[in-house]
Amino acid sequence: MLTHKDLLGIATLSREEIVEILDTADSFQEVSSRPIKKVPTLRGKTVINLFFEASTRTRTSFEIAGKRLSADVVNISASTSSVSKGETLIDTARTLDAMAADCVVVRHASSGAPKTLAGLTKASIVNGGDGAHEHPTQALLDAFTIRQRKKRLNDLKVAIIGDIAHSRVARSNVHLLTKFGSHVWLCSAPTLMPVEAKNLVGPENSQYLHVTHSMDEAIKDADVIMMLRVQFERMSESFFPSVREYFRYWGLTRQRVEKAKPDVIIMHPGPINRGVEIATDVADGPYSVILDQVTAGVAVRMSVLYLLLGSHGSTD
Amino acid sequence: MDLLIRNGRLVDPGRKIDTVTDILVRDGKIRKIGQVDSQDIPVFDAAKLIVAPGFFDIHVHLREPGTEEAETIATGGQAAVAGGFTAVAAMPNTKPPNDNPSMTHYIVSEAKRSSPARVFPIGAISKDQKGETLAEIGEMYEAGIVGISDDGKPVMDAQLFRRALEYAQLFDLPVIQHCEDLHLSKGGVMHEGVHSTRLGLKGIPAAAESTMVSRDLILSQMTGGKYHVAHLSTRQAVEMVRQAKASGIRISAEVTPHHFTLTDAAVAEYDTNAKMNPPLRSEDDVAAVVAGIRDGTIDAIASDHAPHHINLKMLEFDRAPFGITGLETAVGLAFTRLQLPIERMIDMFSLNPQKIMKVAPWGIFEGSPADLTILDPARKWTFDVVKTRSKSRNSPFHGWELTGKAVATIVGGKVVHEEKRL
Repeated sequence: MLTHKDLLGIATLSREEIVEILDTADSFQEVSSRPIKKVPTLRGKTVINLFFEASTRTRTSFEIAGKRLSADVVNISASTSSVSKGETLIDTARTLDAMAADCVVVRHASSGAPKTLAGLTKASIVNGGDGAHEHPTQALLDAFTIRQRKKRLNDLKVAIIGDIAHSRVARSNVHLLTKFGSHVWLCSAPTLMPVEAKNLVGPENSQYLHVTHSMDEAIKDADVIMMLRVQFERMSESFFPSVREYFRYWGLTRQRVEKAKPDVIIMHPGPINRGVEIATDVADGPYSVILDQVTAGVAVRMSVLYLLLGSHGSTD
Repeated sequence: MDLLIRNGRLVDPGRKIDTVTDILVRDGKIRKIGQVDSQDIPVFDAAKLIVAPGFFDIHVHLREPGTEEAETIATGGQAAVAGGFTAVAAMPNTKPPNDNPSMTHYIVSEAKRSSPARVFPIGAISKDQKGETLAEIGEMYEAGIVGISDDGKPVMDAQLFRRALEYAQLFDLPVIQHCEDLHLSKGGVMHEGVHSTRLGLKGIPAAAESTMVSRDLILSQMTGGKYHVAHLSTRQAVEMVRQAKASGIRISAEVTPHHFTLTDAAVAEYDTNAKMNPPLRSEDDVAAVVAGIRDGTIDAIASDHAPHHINLKMLEFDRAPFGITGLETAVGLAFTRLQLPIERMIDMFSLNPQKIMKVAPWGIFEGSPADLTILDPARKWTFDVVKTRSKSRNSPFHGWELTGKAVATIVGGKVVHEEKRL
């Protein structure tokens, strides 16, 4: 069982805890294939999805995960635009605690917002993605999918390609995969690579982290290619000149895929921009495990909710 | 109003004085230095304490008018004397800003009415601090400003900054720049480096400061203006200032206690009290700043006291305002972190600030105003933000154990602050 109250990021999890989450998810995967997709594990628990940022897939995935465990799931879409003096995260935290929520899944555009909430609530906080910081359940479901296909999480070459600077998915995946001894190659336009990307992880794991601007170098003999979504508004800030030029250098085409290992799998956290970071025939092609990721998302989130809430009984 | 300061160690590096003596104060001025036989005069026992010329913090935000919920001239003045400062220079970014003589008059008269510390206003460089046209610098000078700055914002327009450097020479006013290229810093909330990458926060590169310092140095040389770098924070900027001084450009620089004490690692928990502008920099920058203090490249320590109401600091890190309070911790942090010879401490907190702002006369001599800071370099104390005199509590130094403190502050011969005796 997880000893933490919250799940705020991958950086602070141990390998053993990650394996426990994934193993537990394995057993929950089966629930989703039953005709009656429900177990009573979290009956009487309240899970609140508190989303300060628009999201369909993550929110729905958490909602389904909670409901399949028989928790009561409430969705709150809070607009950050109304946040001003007097309406702070602290008030939100107190309100949710007063409603005796057991778990709050937080998605927020500000890095660190779930961490701030976690310090203020009795409820367990699950980070559903904060700014450009972490998106731990995404990295866990990615690891689940990789482990399913590759039967291991170590000694793999994983290329993560796209807007690394603004990506919480990239950061969480880097933390997770390097902890297990897989080599992660970060690849982006020089303008979309954060400074000191090589030091994103501590010195104990930095041997597993590589930085390049060449897609061919990143993809060569890769076991896993993970494409990141490109946000169009980055273009107006001149991170790159045009979508066409972006696709030329960092778009995933069939020809490029051929440089990877023959059994490469192609992942994407979604939603995909066809023709921007990934060609349609690749996204829909045989290497793509994009929909397996979505399926894994429910099982992994069931596992996280169970390990945070199920084992502690009524007290924490 | 008479006062006898007895048996203190008087240190005035400006006059090369370092001696244990009595000081007789009469009518707010120093009347006699030397042994005094007291009869019916109130005595301040300064045995084992250092008596220094008044400390002057040349970079504070008093928030009045416009943001009195965070600070007022009165409460900022109280925080100043509690921290050992007999005088402060107030930045003009109030609401509305101090960009005209009637605002300057208001600050001067309100300070006389309510502040235990002397308050010297700094005027805006540009009208409404918009960086477009010059403010009424001469008229504000007549009303009492001691420098000009658009602090909080840099002057991005090089032509306007050139003109400010030229025009301010009429009054021998320093032109104080908040060095930040707004294009490079856009959207940034902390130092750009490994920590911003790990935390997923948008960075402000060191180059945002140093590129502007380099531009300004060229303009200072060209105009002969009196240029002052506010809250310098990066290695490159320290090195450029050092070089410029060596080549004889009229320039001075200040540093804040937080920039020689903390690094960007302090942001780790998304603590909004570690958010300020310029941001906390890397270990290498801090080392360079400390070296710049030691070798005299940096002239003054100024707090950049920036009170903010707690409601604003309770926001998410990237939404919270920049700035921390600093008047009450500056001297303690300098003693604790720098351990400078006492003459250098007094230079950086008193004499150099006076030289930069040309506020005269300054120092301890017969006839000078009795503005004195009484120091106990051995005093151990813990900063408790709950007891702050400031209206705001946005300090990252709560609970810090420090060694060295200003234990009393005397302004115009009046003891305006005194710590409990141990």
